[in-house]
Amino acid sequence: MSTIFGIPPQALFGQLLLGLINGSFYALLSLGLAVIFGMLNVINFAHGALYMLGAFVAWLLLTTAGVGYWWALLLAPLVVGAFGVLLEKTLLSRLYKLDHLYGLLLTFGLALIVEGIFRHFYGVSGQPYPIPDLLRGGQNLGFMFLPNYRGWVVVASLVVCLATWYAIERTKLGAYLRAATENPVLVQAFGINVPLMITATYGFGVALAGLAGVLAAPIYQVSPLMGSNLIIVVFAVVVIGGMGSILGAVLTGYGLGLLEGLTKVFYPEASNIVVFVIMAVVLLIKPAGLFGRER
Amino acid sequence: MATEIHAVRRDTAASATGRPAMPGLLALAVLLLVLIAAPYVLYPVFVMKVLCFALFACAFNLLIGFAGLLSFGHAAFFGGAAYITAHTVKVWGLPPELGILLGTAFSATLGLAFGALAIRRQGIYFAMITLALSQMVFFMALQLKFTGGEDGIQAVPRGHLFGVIDLSQSMSMYYTVLAVFLFGFVVIWRTVHSPFGQVLKAIRENEPRAISLGYRTDHYKLMAFVLSAALAGLAGGTKAIVFQLATLTDVQWQMSGAVVLMTLLGGIGTLFGPVVGAALVVTLENYLAASNLPVPVVIGVIFVACVLLFRRGIVGEIAARFGEKRP
Repeated sequence: MSTIFGIPPQALFGQLLLGLINGSFYALLSLGLAVIFGMLNVINFAHGALYMLGAFVAWLLLTTAGVGYWWALLLAPLVVGAFGVLLEKTLLSRLYKLDHLYGLLLTFGLALIVEGIFRHFYGVSGQPYPIPDLLRGGQNLGFMFLPNYRGWVVVASLVVCLATWYAIERTKLGAYLRAATENPVLVQAFGINVPLMITATYGFGVALAGLAGVLAAPIYQVSPLMGSNLIIVVFAVVVIGGMGSILGAVLTGYGLGLLEGLTKVFYPEASNIVVFVIMAVVLLIKPAGLFGRER
Repeated sequence: MATEIHAVRRDTAASATGRPAMPGLLALAVLLLVLIAAPYVLYPVFVMKVLCFALFACAFNLLIGFAGLLSFGHAAFFGGAAYITAHTVKVWGLPPELGILLGTAFSATLGLAFGALAIRRQGIYFAMITLALSQMVFFMALQLKFTGGEDGIQAVPRGHLFGVIDLSQSMSMYYTVLAVFLFGFVVIWRTVHSPFGQVLKAIRENEPRAISLGYRTDHYKLMAFVLSAALAGLAGGTKAIVFQLATLTDVQWQMSGAVVLMTLLGGIGTLFGPVVGAALVVTLENYLAASNLPVPVVIGVIFVACVLLFRRGIVGEIAARFGEKRP
């Protein structure tokens, strides 16, 4: 049995894969946060709660209506996105003229409400969500065993992240969006409906969180608490990457997930705090974040 | 870009010279009378809980209300001190006053470290960094040996204050807590009305301008952060003695959120607001615990309502209505 740094390769690659999976969720969530922040200047504290909502919508679709995973993958983000649009229209839109901190406080309150409701009805124990038939089983890669579903999550999140990046950086709509983040008044003067764009951006950002929730459902248990601790790690990811670039948010997400996996192998006690330690180090060296620019 | 939380732009209790004005002193006298009489009317342990959280909220308010810094990680100082106090009193057998002092010192040190990191960024980032750093403390409390993991540290002896006053008597405990609260409150009052406090307000209103006037704003912000952390620790350590336990609840980020709500509800940037807010939130939680309503939902609704409709908070509204108008 050969070892790598005294660790059996099965264990090492297994943890790296887990790290990559976590990284996929960090990337998807911090991407949504970055897109929303760019447009609304609001840090969406409810992002974790909406990720949880996505997972729960998928689970409810399955248990009450018998709608399977693939439809849930489409429907749950739509439901979460629609909910996001509603939130933006009714609540968030009243705060744009005020200090940015109020947006944070408001979305924090929303997170408490959403999580509290689900906790009230479903307790804190998780609900199992079955892996879809198509993705059962796994591949033996020789040096490790790769469960199909986990491979799918990594691929799916990569595709979504890259598609989002392409849409924002390489399309006309994305150009409008970037222009509107720089100077909304001017863009509006050109006849583009900026408020609509803001609403759509928020809807899209939280739909990404909902999608992450559906992807996560078969891996982790569907529980009301699944989002609340994740969101803080994602905040740290956002601070490390900086809000400067979409690609930065995605890369930082994957990188930190992998790093967490590595820490689990070599020094498991620190795996929970490694992201925060790195955040502290990055703040000391490069306060604006790895990809950030001071705004 | 300087953040400016829309605090009440007038000192509720000070004239321009920094000398406390009549309404403020009057309010303080009323508060004092109410608190001295309170344990004869209400359940003392409940009032002690209110006082601990009131001090905690006042400490938090020192940052947000007078320096414009929103910390979302104050649970780390509150809960961290509770653990240190509980451990030193229970395991090392220290008297309560020394235990509380060590808890406060721990939080001040932690505040120095966290503050030095967090003040490198402004506004929203500041809030996110403090939140992330406090989560680190939470995980440590969860994993370290001495904190007792999920169980926390229980059965902390109250002991004898200065070796004479038996704190297991609820009245002597109560007046000890009241003394601690008043000490913290007066420290904050004096800080706010000192030249140092004036500089903090200048930073809140317009940081670039304060820098151009020659103030080292980072030093001031860090000082404020350490002071706020220390007072939050004082509150946490005292709470550990009162309830004879330190648990994960005190270091969870939900606790950081709770103190934000208390301050927001009472009135950011007012001296008495956090006290009123803490009293309301603690009362509400007690009331809800007996009912079937889910607490976080109600708290969340109040949060949203405060942000949308009621940004000045209760005391802030009163001050704005009845206070003398100043340009």
